[in-house]
Amino acid sequence: MQKSLTTLAAVAITATLAHTAQADLVVPNLSYRTGAFAAGGIPYADGFNDYFTLLNQRDGGIGGEKILTPECETAYNTEKGVECYEATKGQGALIYNPLSTGITYQLIPKVTADKIPMYTPGYGRTSAKNGEVFEWVFNYPANYWDGASVAIKYLLEQNGGSLDGKKIALVYHNSAYGKEPIRTLQELAKKHNYSLIELAVDSPGQEQKSQWLQIRRDRPDYVLMWGWGVMNSVAIQEAANIRYPMDQFIGIWWSGSENDVTPAGDGANGYKALTFHGVGRDYPVYADLKTHVYDKNLQAGAGDQIGSAVYSRGMYAAMIIAEAIRATQEAVGTSKITPEQLRDGMESLVITEARLTELGLPGFGQAFEASCSNHGGPGDAMVKQWDASAKRWNLLTGYIAPDADVLGPLIAEDSAAYAAENKIAARCN
Amino acid sequence: MLYREAGDFKTSYRDDSQTFPIKFDRIRYYAVLVVAFGIIPFVINDYWANAVFVPFLIYAIAALGLNILTGYCGQVSLGTGGFMAVGAYACYKLMTAFPDVSILIHVVLAGGITAVVGALFGLPSLRIKGFYLAVATLAAQFFLVWLFNKVPWFYNYSASGQINAPERTVFGIAVTGAQTPAWAKYLVCLVFAFVLAWLARNLTRGSIGRQWMAIRDMDIAAEIIGVNPLRTKLSAFAVSSFFIGIAGALFFAVYLGAAEVGESFGINKSFLVLFMIIIGGLGSIFGSFAGAAFLVLFPVLMKNLLVGGFGWPTDLAAHFELIVIGALIVTFLILEPHGLNQLWRVAKEKLRLWPFPH
Repeated sequence: MQKSLTTLAAVAITATLAHTAQADLVVPNLSYRTGAFAAGGIPYADGFNDYFTLLNQRDGGIGGEKILTPECETAYNTEKGVECYEATKGQGALIYNPLSTGITYQLIPKVTADKIPMYTPGYGRTSAKNGEVFEWVFNYPANYWDGASVAIKYLLEQNGGSLDGKKIALVYHNSAYGKEPIRTLQELAKKHNYSLIELAVDSPGQEQKSQWLQIRRDRPDYVLMWGWGVMNSVAIQEAANIRYPMDQFIGIWWSGSENDVTPAGDGANGYKALTFHGVGRDYPVYADLKTHVYDKNLQAGAGDQIGSAVYSRGMYAAMIIAEAIRATQEAVGTSKITPEQLRDGMESLVITEARLTELGLPGFGQAFEASCSNHGGPGDAMVKQWDASAKRWNLLTGYIAPDADVLGPLIAEDSAAYAAENKIAARCN
Repeated sequence: MLYREAGDFKTSYRDDSQTFPIKFDRIRYYAVLVVAFGIIPFVINDYWANAVFVPFLIYAIAALGLNILTGYCGQVSLGTGGFMAVGAYACYKLMTAFPDVSILIHVVLAGGITAVVGALFGLPSLRIKGFYLAVATLAAQFFLVWLFNKVPWFYNYSASGQINAPERTVFGIAVTGAQTPAWAKYLVCLVFAFVLAWLARNLTRGSIGRQWMAIRDMDIAAEIIGVNPLRTKLSAFAVSSFFIGIAGALFFAVYLGAAEVGESFGINKSFLVLFMIIIGGLGSIFGSFAGAAFLVLFPVLMKNLLVGGFGWPTDLAAHFELIVIGALIVTFLILEPHGLNQLWRVAKEKLRLWPFPH
């Protein structure tokens, strides 16, 4: 027994060591394909990996360097996330994208100490938008507070510019992630004079009967949702069960995937969600993906998530990281870049419409320019609606800009608190 | 051969009742200490500290605590996660309210606060037993998690409800926060684990431990021979919660650095620690360490072997890991219901007779 354990340990150690001796650019993919949040984790990880596979197959990587995306299973669990971070850090990781707000909070101090950038598009700590405090964290093009503000703006538009006396319920995952928008929605409630009902759903969110009974009783005019994983499909099913009008039910971008609405069948018809990128397969890049990845059977996972909303988001994140790597390589003049160089590249990243078209993704995301103080991009988002019979998302609006007057001071306040707690001096002066 | 009493003469009562009466055991114990204190801190890196040693030591402390309550005093508890949360939040509040006081003192104080809370939730144990007590402690678990979610004072009104450990130093070296060197993290946890294990060992073989065991074995008989059930049960709850509170404080401040009550201290944590003591062996100090080692190290080992060694897909490996660990737990409990500690004891008995068994 003792001996076999020692042998096992020896095998494990040599295996870990063997992995560290790689020469290419490493972008670890802290994914989750198991557990209650796999419904969101699988498409994201697939989209992320497939885009890099495409670059490796079609262009031979970026600037001649192959991109490796070693996966590490976190199960959306912070302890496993830390283990994955430590395990992949030694492999020369360039940048992290953990797809979990909890793990992001865990890693912000760690990446700052280890000098590795972290990219959290549409999730993570909202005030990381303030690059003066959060040197190593980037969350463009949009964050949760942008999402909350865009949702309210959309509702304002629907109601002729006034939400006076309306009741809006927020159904949220009872975690750091779900609590993020509350402050913003409260501030906006003061400004627009609506009343906010906060309904917490404990993780993972399979049990929501009481919350939806309360919604049935209080009859809010609109329901917003900050859900993830299994919580989304349960909420949409419950909403259908109490016959809540689906077109008054709006989810954040993480609550808007095909996996969330299909279980409720026709009941989910008309459900709305936000998105900060295009959806569907109507982009020229899919032709390349088909020839270089899908047809060669190189796709990640089972390949059944292609073109779905969260798959597109994984691809979006990969595209931004790839663009940043390319820009960094051009700026420093070598193809083998370091995490510090990539951070500088992330900070001066410019995404234009023309560049997106070149990449085969015209209009897929919004154009933006990052800067030293702005790590968060413009924050615009669109509203899309589920068509249950056609089984597809239709975009209802163009990009809606968030309410910077409300968000600016909130971000300044929250990042100042973090800076004071951790004794960080503001940069960018 | 090496492992025998013969020739090892005891000339005083003190020698006779020592923890490791056999010379070989004593040497082995000191060898473990030398390796743990003298060698590992010099070779440890971030991965080994954060993925292996620190969680192992912290879970070992929690398992020791639960073992005192469940293993020694016979009171089943499902509130471990909640009590760990009390330790973590107490430590956080103390750290932010008194930044100049040493973090080590805060950790001990957090344990003390948890002891008070634990004793409070131990009150029902005077009237109810067994499964019913388990349900009462389950209520503690859910109540405490709800409380730390609901009352913003506990997380200093942060927007996300997360608590973050600011940097604190001991002798000028960071032990919390991101700048902490791996060896400092490890040593802090090791010192706590060592002192607490030593304390637990000595408590359980003293009069108070005998009272706990008397209550465990038959509470009515214990009462008749003069054991006060009120004091005994509440002291078990308090001491156990003290250990668990320290584990929670270290878990938050030293290991994770940031925590969220529902995720870090949920009901899963309670079950995990309970499984540790069941697999390790109820009512044994060694069992607490063995159980913690099994449930912390084995998944990491499996993962490295399957994904790193054999290149399996991560999801397949994660599912397979669950299957194997589940199967191992069932097999263990069928073959050796008294846990790893009993295996160890049987092995030692065999070694004493080897090579000439009767």
